[in-house]
Amino acid sequence: MTATQNIPTPAQPARRSRAKPFNWKAWQPYLLAAPQTIVFLLFLVLPIAAIVTVSFWNFNGFAMTPGFTLNNYLGIFTSKVYLSTYLNTFKFAFLVWSVCLLISYPVAYFLSFHIKNPKWQTIWFLICTVPFLTSNIIRMISWIPFLGREGLINNALMGLHLTQKPVEIFLFSDFSVVLAMVHLYALFMVAPIFNSMVRIDRNLVAAAEDAGASPFQIQKEIILPLSAPGIAIGSIFVITLVMGEFATMRIMSGGKSSSVGYLIKNQLDSLQYPMAAANAVVLLIIALIIVFSILRVVDIRKEL
Amino acid sequence: MAEMKKKPLSHYLLAGFFGLFVLFLYGPMFAVFLLSLQGPEGQLTFPMRGFSFYWLGAVFGEQRVGNFVEAFWRSLTLGLIVMVITVIFSVMAGLAFRSRFKGSNLVFYLTISSLIVPSILVSLGIGIVFGLVGIDNQWYSSALAGHLTWTLPFAFLIMLGIFGRFNPAYEEAARDLGASETTTFWQVVFPLIASSVVGVGLLGFTLSYDEFTRTSLISGETNTLPLEIFGMTTNVTSPALYALGTLTTIFSFVLIGVALFAIQALANRQSKPKQG
Repeated sequence: MTATQNIPTPAQPARRSRAKPFNWKAWQPYLLAAPQTIVFLLFLVLPIAAIVTVSFWNFNGFAMTPGFTLNNYLGIFTSKVYLSTYLNTFKFAFLVWSVCLLISYPVAYFLSFHIKNPKWQTIWFLICTVPFLTSNIIRMISWIPFLGREGLINNALMGLHLTQKPVEIFLFSDFSVVLAMVHLYALFMVAPIFNSMVRIDRNLVAAAEDAGASPFQIQKEIILPLSAPGIAIGSIFVITLVMGEFATMRIMSGGKSSSVGYLIKNQLDSLQYPMAAANAVVLLIIALIIVFSILRVVDIRKEL
Repeated sequence: MAEMKKKPLSHYLLAGFFGLFVLFLYGPMFAVFLLSLQGPEGQLTFPMRGFSFYWLGAVFGEQRVGNFVEAFWRSLTLGLIVMVITVIFSVMAGLAFRSRFKGSNLVFYLTISSLIVPSILVSLGIGIVFGLVGIDNQWYSSALAGHLTWTLPFAFLIMLGIFGRFNPAYEEAARDLGASETTTFWQVVFPLIASSVVGVGLLGFTLSYDEFTRTSLISGETNTLPLEIFGMTTNVTSPALYALGTLTTIFSFVLIGVALFAIQALANRQSKPKQG
C-alpha cells in the first residue's frame, strides 16, 4: 500500500533533499544517541562523581561540610565492624552466585538442548521470566509462610516427627537470606546462559558425538567453554545485585545480618552522608574489580 | 512414541530439575495467593483459617495497610512516564547504532555500566546531586531519574538485538521509491519493529513499577508502591500484606497479558499484507 502511494512522487526532489542537508546525515547518529547519553551523564556519571566528592567531606555529627578529609576512609579500614560487614557481603555474594550458577546451568542446558521446538523453548523460557516481573518485596515475603516457626517446612518436619520443636534457622538466618536472593536473582543467570547456549552450533555437538566423545567430554570441551560468556554476564549481574542489596538482608535476616548496602542505608537514615558515600565508593571499587577480573577471563564482546 | 523411547535418562532428570525450578519460582507466590483468601481470623502462616475475600477488601480500608491506593497511582503514573521515555530514547539510540559513529563504543559502555553499578549507589548519588543542586527529591523527579538508569540499558540492549536482525532492504526500497527519511521510518521501519517496541515498553513499565532499591533513597516524602510495601513488612502482621501482594501481582499479570495480546495483534497485522 505505502509503496504504491509513493511511486508517483518524483525522485528528483527526494534526491535533492537528501543531498542538501549534508551535515544532518553526519550528525544524525549523534542526535539520535544524545537523549539516552544525556540521561546517563546526568543520572549516572554525575551522581558517582558527587558520591566520590562527598566521601572526602567532613561530618560533624549533624551535617556535612565541604572539605577534604580521609577520615571517612580511615574509619572504614580501621573498624572491625566495617571489615566484618564487608566480609559478610562477600560471603553472601559468593553463596548466592554459586547456588545461582548450580541451578541456572542445568536449567539453561535443558531449555536449549533438550527442548527441540523453538516455540516451546520460548514459551518455557517466558514462563520462567514471569515471576521476575512482580515486586521483589512481595516475592521475598512470600517465603514467610514456608520458613517461619509455624511455616510449612516446620509443620512438615514436626508432622514426620523429625523434630519436636519448630526449627528456628529457616527464617531470619543466613539460609533464608541466600534462599530469597537466589529466588530473586536466578533469572539474571539463567537468561544469559540460555542465550549463549542457544547460539551454540548443534553440528559441533553432533560431530563430537560421532567422534565418540562422552557426554561429560561434550560438556567440558564444547558446551561449557562456548557458554562461558553467558556465565560471565550472569555472574556480573548476580554479584553486583547482591553486593548492593539491603532490603532482602533486612527482611530475611530479621536484622541479624548486615551487608554494605544495609550499612549505607542505615548511615543515610542518620544523615551521615560523607560516611555513606565513602562506603559507596569502596563498594563500587570492589564491584568494578570483580567485573574487570571476570572480563579478563572471558571475552563477552562476542555475546553483544 | 518411537521418538520418546530414544530419550536418555538424563533428559528425564533434567526435566525433573527444571520442573522443581519452576515450582521454586511459583510455589511461594501461590502460597501467598491462597493465604490472602483467608477468613478474618487469618494469620501469616498455614493452615488457612476459613475462606473469604475479607483481606482483599481490607487492602482498601486505609487504617489497615497505610495509604496503598495513592502509592499505587504514583507507581502507575511513574511507570507510564518511564515507559514512554524509555521507548522513545531506546528506539532513537537503536537507530543511531545502525551506523558506526565516533564515540559509539563510549556510549555503549556508558549505557551498559549502568547495569553494573550497584543500585543503591545510583540512588544515593542521585539523591546527593539533587540535594546539592537544590531540587526536591520526588517520585516524579529524582525517582524518575533513577528508574531511567535501570530501564534504558535493558531497552537499549533489546533494541540493538532487534535492529541487528533488521533487513535494511525494505528501507532501501522505500528510499529508491522516493520516500523521505521520516516517511521511511514511520511507514516501513516502525511497523516492522512495532511488536518489539510494545515488548520494550512493557518491560520498561514493569521494571519501573516494581523497582525498589533505585527508588529507596530518592522518592521524597511520598512512597511508590514497592516502598510502601517494604514499609508495611515491619508493621503489618496480618494477611492484608499478602492480599496487597496478590492484587499487585494480578495487576502485573494483566498487563503482561494485554501486552502479549497487542504483540500478537501487531504481528498478525504485519503478516497479513504479505499473504494478500
